[in-house]
Amino acid sequence: MSETVSEKFALQLRTVTKAFGTKVIANKNVDLDVHYGEVLAILGENGSGKTTLMNMIAGIYHPDAGEIYVNGEKASINSPKDAFKYRIGMVHQHFKLVDLFTATENIILGINDGNKFDIASAEKEVKSISDKYGFVINPKKKIYEMSVSEKQTVEIIKVLYRGADILILDEPTAVLTPQETEKLFDVIRNMRNDGKSILIITHKLHEVLAISDRVSVLRKGEHIATVNTAETNEIELTEMMVGKKVSLNIGRSEPKDTCDRLIVSGINMTNTEGVKVLKDISFTAKAGEILGIAGIAGSGQRELLEAIAGLRPLDDGNITYINPVNSEQVELRSKSPMQIRELGVRLSFVPEDRLGMGLVGNMDIIDNMMLRSYKKGRSVFVDRKPPRQLADEIIESLEVVTPNAQTPVRRLSGGNVQKVLVGREIASAPSVLMVAYPVRGLDINSSYTIYNLLNAQKENGVAVIYVGEDLDVLLELCDRIIVLCAGSVSGVLDGRTAKKEEVGLLMTKVKGVGENE
Amino acid sequence: MNKENAVAEKDHAHSKSAPFITITKRDSSSLKRNIVVRVIAILAALAVSALITLFITGENPIELFKTVIDGAFGQFRIWGTAQSVAMLLGIALALTPAFKMKFWNTGGEGQVLIGALASALVMMTAKDLPHWLASILVILAGVTAGAIWGIIPAVFKAYWKTNETLFTLMMNYVAIQLIKYFLKVADGSGSSTVGPSLLQYGRLPVLFDQQYMLNIIVVAVMTVMMYIYLKISKHGYEISVVGESENTAKYIGINVKKVVIRTMALSGALCGLIGVLLVGATSYSIDPNLAGGNGFTAIMVSWLAKFNPIIMIFTTLLIVVLSRGAENVSMTLGLNKSFSDILTGIILFFIIGCEFFINYKIHFNIAKKSNEEAEGNGNN
Repeated sequence: MSETVSEKFALQLRTVTKAFGTKVIANKNVDLDVHYGEVLAILGENGSGKTTLMNMIAGIYHPDAGEIYVNGEKASINSPKDAFKYRIGMVHQHFKLVDLFTATENIILGINDGNKFDIASAEKEVKSISDKYGFVINPKKKIYEMSVSEKQTVEIIKVLYRGADILILDEPTAVLTPQETEKLFDVIRNMRNDGKSILIITHKLHEVLAISDRVSVLRKGEHIATVNTAETNEIELTEMMVGKKVSLNIGRSEPKDTCDRLIVSGINMTNTEGVKVLKDISFTAKAGEILGIAGIAGSGQRELLEAIAGLRPLDDGNITYINPVNSEQVELRSKSPMQIRELGVRLSFVPEDRLGMGLVGNMDIIDNMMLRSYKKGRSVFVDRKPPRQLADEIIESLEVVTPNAQTPVRRLSGGNVQKVLVGREIASAPSVLMVAYPVRGLDINSSYTIYNLLNAQKENGVAVIYVGEDLDVLLELCDRIIVLCAGSVSGVLDGRTAKKEEVGLLMTKVKGVGENE
Repeated sequence: MNKENAVAEKDHAHSKSAPFITITKRDSSSLKRNIVVRVIAILAALAVSALITLFITGENPIELFKTVIDGAFGQFRIWGTAQSVAMLLGIALALTPAFKMKFWNTGGEGQVLIGALASALVMMTAKDLPHWLASILVILAGVTAGAIWGIIPAVFKAYWKTNETLFTLMMNYVAIQLIKYFLKVADGSGSSTVGPSLLQYGRLPVLFDQQYMLNIIVVAVMTVMMYIYLKISKHGYEISVVGESENTAKYIGINVKKVVIRTMALSGALCGLIGVLLVGATSYSIDPNLAGGNGFTAIMVSWLAKFNPIIMIFTTLLIVVLSRGAENVSMTLGLNKSFSDILTGIILFFIIGCEFFINYKIHFNIAKKSNEEAEGNGNN
């Protein structure tokens, strides 16, 4: 299938293989051809080896076997510096910028070309690069004053400034709003038209279809196929990614017998740095529905859920829980998680940070099951029998892949870790279930398992609060959606009728006032 | 063109460019391999010690090892060894719950000393009390003082996030200075110890005519209790959760401050108990060197055993046998005392160093074929 090595190609990989340890083979015999002036999407599930492959091209890892050819010449890339010699540059998912420096200072940082340090001419060059491709950037602005999308712009210009002709972008849209994503895509198209080759790593199908010329699909470290974007569709790509047919529909039932379960009214919160992170937030979560919370990362989602769970103190406002048994109102504000549970409030919480908060990575599945229940009973000793049973049940019903229940959870894959956590939280028969980014890092099958579990809870009359980042999923899964922007609610939408663009706009709009950044 | 040259040069160097050694973390550890690695480490340590002895002193290495064993288990030395093991193990056990909580209590020495000091004060002054009451007071005073010495840094850590390692370390010197002050006040003669003549009252009983028997029994019970406490008690579970992830502890509603303070109170109290035994059941005297650095050695003992009280018996034994054996070497073979320290150092180096090979795997990329024929191997 692959072409012969020739200078017609900007970049070619031949039988590139990389293993970590003895068990994990990140990439196996990968062949890849990249044309001049094209956008090639690298598509694959989490753990399929996309990033490892790109890191080898960018000189961060060295392949165990196989060759990389640039412009038809065999290349030996042992460091990111080497990669720049071959005019290859990578923009990582996590930015590597110095907060206190300006855009230009960050861009020229580390360049040692023997010329005199001349910030003025560097600024001019940055300006000309951004004009050429349609970036919007102020070269004198400090990084800490920038939005996420501006920081990303700096990272991309940094690579272009070093003369890259082959650009690798690792999940560039993960942190952007739909509007920002559109702007980024415009820039990418401009770069392509200028003859640059752009490799873009992603697992979002609609973006692949929107931006790329061709798609290379990886699965379990192997290159499955490369197809022309114009000749494929979401279903075909998913099949290639997963290896079998997958239904991409989330069944959303009509909410039944809804009634108020959790009433949040006028809550404000200041964090330990003295920054106001929640501003006058009010909403009601109803039994029997899924309430979505949308927003750019860091808009207060985490703080909001942790406040409800009793993990962070509020400045003011009330959180009222209505007991489904006797309709009694219980005030949760300034109660610790233990006190909340003692009040008979059945509140479950699947936090964003699974191994750092929801579970203990070094403990086995049984001990992790026990986290919620170890205090039960008067004995000074813990009873490991019920958690052992629960562990076995969850392993069986949710198909957790693990050698046994005595395996430390950190040894499990991301999807299985999440199944253990969600399974435990659901096992306590909650009446309110809060989940934060429950499918982050999960493969498609595990993601749908989670969606189905949430839907089942909703049908059981649980008030589900779902914090998500993928707007498509939020719109497909949730009955109502609250949009958070900079710590306040900027809108409440009906999940069935809302448009993605609408949500996107609300995500960047501070109540009433247009945001300047 | 310039660029092509650079590429060609690079190309030339390609076969050498893969890193020669790669180190990866092992994702599983088999018990068998762990034992084999440790046995090899000990054998290697003995071999190196033997060689060094031979070259530096000309002594027969076999003779040397015999002397070591004799120093630890010889007829007149076995009880001393048992006493040393009991005291070191006791302190190591006391430190372990704190360590499991990732609270680096380096103040074992001070907690022992302050416990001893409090006991000594009672032993000096409780002359009008019945003996049994004085004895109880001796124990209570020592245990309480140790607990307080543990609670102080714990409170600062829990409420103001101070660094517990430095705090507990500095508390050692406070305890030492207090004892020095006590020496001056209690015994005006300028002697460096306060001896049995002054510490008369409430001495703990001597069991089975064996001076060290009480200590040994107390520590044996402590070992079993600590194992149970850490393994199956609710407190033990809370300690593990707080140690592994404070966020998880908060998330499930464990009061982290309470657990930190409670655990350090326990850790300090047990150290204090060892202090009680040292003064009230062993020497009936006190001086700043009473704990003899065991408060620090115990840190290593506890770590080597990976905080498992049962394994700690063996790590303690190892350290004690080495140091008592080394003592014997310098005495009977007439070697400088530093030489025995050298041997102890070599052996510890190997034992601690072998942990690396247990946790990591090393790959050597030797003679790898540099081109096309090299098959995708995947099992490198």
